[in-house]
Amino acid sequence: MYRYDEFDHAFVRERVAEFKDQVERRLSGALTEEEFRPLRLRNGLYLQLHAYMLRIAIPYGVLNSRQLRQLAHIGRKWDRGYGHFTTRQNLQFNWVKLVDIPDVLAALAEVEMHCIQTSGNCVRNVTADPYAAAAVDELEDPRPWCEILRQWSTLHPEFSWLPRKFKIAISGAAEDRAATAFHDIGLRIVKGPKGENGFRVLVGGGMGRIPYVGQEIRSFLPKEHLLSYIESILRVYNLFGRRDNIHKARIKILVNQLGIDTFREAVEADWEATHKTAIDLPEDERHRIMSYFAPPELPERPARDEALAARRESDPAFANWYKHNVLAHRVPGYASIVISLKEPGRTPGDASSETMDLVADLAERFGHDEVRVNYTQNLVLPHVARADIPALYDALVEAGLATGNNELLGDMICCPGLDYCNLANARSIPIAKEIAKRFEDPARQELIGSLRLNMSGCINACGHHHAGNIGILGVDKKGTELYQITLGGSPKDDAAIGTIIGPGFRAEAVPQAIDTIVDTYLENRDEGESFLETWRRVGAAPFKEALYGAG
Amino acid sequence: MPNVITANRLTDGVVVYLAADGEWSEQIANARVADTDEETKALETEAENAVRERHVVGVYPMAVALNEGAVDPLSVRERIRAAHRTTLTEDWYDVPL
Repeated sequence: MYRYDEFDHAFVRERVAEFKDQVERRLSGALTEEEFRPLRLRNGLYLQLHAYMLRIAIPYGVLNSRQLRQLAHIGRKWDRGYGHFTTRQNLQFNWVKLVDIPDVLAALAEVEMHCIQTSGNCVRNVTADPYAAAAVDELEDPRPWCEILRQWSTLHPEFSWLPRKFKIAISGAAEDRAATAFHDIGLRIVKGPKGENGFRVLVGGGMGRIPYVGQEIRSFLPKEHLLSYIESILRVYNLFGRRDNIHKARIKILVNQLGIDTFREAVEADWEATHKTAIDLPEDERHRIMSYFAPPELPERPARDEALAARRESDPAFANWYKHNVLAHRVPGYASIVISLKEPGRTPGDASSETMDLVADLAERFGHDEVRVNYTQNLVLPHVARADIPALYDALVEAGLATGNNELLGDMICCPGLDYCNLANARSIPIAKEIAKRFEDPARQELIGSLRLNMSGCINACGHHHAGNIGILGVDKKGTELYQITLGGSPKDDAAIGTIIGPGFRAEAVPQAIDTIVDTYLENRDEGESFLETWRRVGAAPFKEALYGAG
Repeated sequence: MPNVITANRLTDGVVVYLAADGEWSEQIANARVADTDEETKALETEAENAVRERHVVGVYPMAVALNEGAVDPLSVRERIRAAHRTTLTEDWYDVPL
């Protein structure tokens, strides 16, 4: 992974000192809240429902064990012993005190971490495929490109005050595991006409109040021109994006108002006029950054491990967990392991300091010191020898972390909702827990198969409800929490926005409504058909009838 | 409709209420209740002074119901704030208040 050089260290230390001074000036009265607010947001510090919330950047979801242990320590010392992994692959602490923030930032800087640009109208943490450098279907590791974009966008003078926040995701694999079509810019690494790798560039995707699937602005961009082309997109957005209406300020609105062809013409014209060599990274610098991401040395091992095979035969719980949470690796004899943070009864995406410490230990012991955060709010050990899987599983079982529900119904994405968030209209965590309880039986989840259920506590859609095969949106209707259900969304290559199925449900009726939807799917599905395939074949009618009755 | 004044404490962000003794209390039971618009305005003015003195941020009045002497927030949001955690969710970890 990337290691800070002297410049990075000095930059982050200076920023910590600067914010320490700003906090002191706020506490002394030299700064009013109005003056302080934009400064704290620039450092990832929000004032939420119960307390201050600190959002820590986890660049493209990559951590080492030292960093994860430091997060555990911060949670224990300055928070309430747990944090929340987000759909932006970041970590949020919900109960930090303003007076402690300078110490927390200094502790983060010790392990090459910070909170810069985790809020504000700037380029946010670039997200990526959590299985980067491990997935069998990967064309190229997206992480070096994320790092290049991170360095380029950090305090970029032209793009620090955009009309609105700006999110970029990169996938280097055949399957989109980074929801690229729902980002302001989505980048897919693809083969070009001469067989060389480059980027397919999507623009104008997003969720929130007005969701859009990103549209292709370029089918192939030579990769050496990534920075200059992204810069042209951002320049056009910065010039023409709306600043008069916060709800219409994202690039998706501009792209869709102009139309993709007009937007493309404007970007290409800017790009033509750009002095590309002044912006694009020189080849030797690209190679320098890429050298940090050399995959760990994975000595060759037999593809089949007899003890592992025997355990799968003899232990049904292990076999079930293995089926869903162990993913194929590009190197025979290895696997990527999903550590589910979705055990029924838990808040999806929350991890205690003890969990973080344990996962750090396991990463050192079994996983070449690497941990990834998936945007679906789970943790991943990307490089584990298959022979070590039983021992790893046993350690996870002991900690209550061996829930075998990756990509099943229980693997819900869920935002903090009204339990924590100032913007939320309704709670999402208790609903997720009730649904998890109802579908607790692994055999039932197995029968249902792969199904993405996403839930947000407000229209801002941090819980990606638009992209859920089943989406749940909490709204406030005259003081009552009401839940609107959408069907047919997808975050993957067949990206789609879910369709509202009908009137909303009161909180206590939501689990039964999900049950009814699932039963309708099971009754209507053809053999081997996924939920999405059935939905696309049969349409809304049977689901509506099951939920609301005929007529 | 009766109102109380709520805010977040500047130093740690904790939810507080303007109390009868003029201090800021974490317990809604201690909140001073304004029965009229004029009383609410007076409490808001007092709260704005506390903002200037850097005790609290984000001051606003919130509607409450008085049930046998207890002060109950009307909205779900304010019930959650008053509980200093969600009102309905017990978590697997122990969240100290």
